[in-house]
Amino acid sequence: MSLLINLGLGLLFGVGLVVSGMANPAKVQNFLDLFGTFDPSLAFVMGGAVLVSFIGFRLVQAREAPIFAPRFLLPTRTDIDARLVVGPALFGIGWGLGGFCPGPAFTALGLGAPGTLAFVPALLAGMWAARLMAERNAPA
Amino acid sequence: MVTDFTPVASFAGGVLIGLSAVLMLLLEGRIAGISGIASRLLPPYRDAGFGGRAAFVAGLVGAPFLVAAVSDGPIVQTVSSNFALMVVAGLLVGFGSVWGSGCTSGHGVCGLARRSIRSLVATGVFMAAGFLTVFLMRHVIGG
Repeated sequence: MSLLINLGLGLLFGVGLVVSGMANPAKVQNFLDLFGTFDPSLAFVMGGAVLVSFIGFRLVQAREAPIFAPRFLLPTRTDIDARLVVGPALFGIGWGLGGFCPGPAFTALGLGAPGTLAFVPALLAGMWAARLMAERNAPA
Repeated sequence: MVTDFTPVASFAGGVLIGLSAVLMLLLEGRIAGISGIASRLLPPYRDAGFGGRAAFVAGLVGAPFLVAAVSDGPIVQTVSSNFALMVVAGLLVGFGSVWGSGCTSGHGVCGLARRSIRSLVATGVFMAAGFLTVFLMRHVIGG
């Protein structure tokens, strides 16, 4: 059941990425190119997604618990540490260089562009390195 | 390279992404953060969620085939073919998103919708870094 639900949610998310144009790195990079070939589409993607989530999360959290899990698992931290600045800074540099963030990279994988096929293994390697480093610093 | 401004399609796609995030919370009680989901496909494993995460990523990968099956236009895409650049970009995106506890989905969509101060900081930083990187790449170095 959980497998089917997650497959469906991944499909829905991925279809959203394709429909929005975000599986195309050129659109993302043009959003980031304010002084060149600026394309504001990404702001509309974020706007639509945040609007629906903002309303939907409130409706969902009025419930005692989710439907297929015993309780909600939500982030509780509120502190701003160095990792919260260093991580997004590195992420943002890579995002600008390649035009991919993690979701669109997976969604673009099947389209088979050589650049995507180079990006995704490196993405996973970077994720793994960060997890292993985090485990060493603070074993969970 | 110029891309078409697509406010309607992009907003509609954003709505679908938001729906997926809302349904993830309603059904599974979790945040739809791609970097968290994807990075936990790799060891060490801390819980029994591997199958669900793998299924979600399989859905992401399968999505363009679903779109191609129900629409007639091609999925337009321009990806850099500079391998070294794409490898460096992938390493930075992978490392940075996990080190900062989230990416565009977890911080940029879910976190902002939850009015999380951490996500607001993270989103501001990665947006600023992205703007600066593209500016340097296209207008300073690339000229």
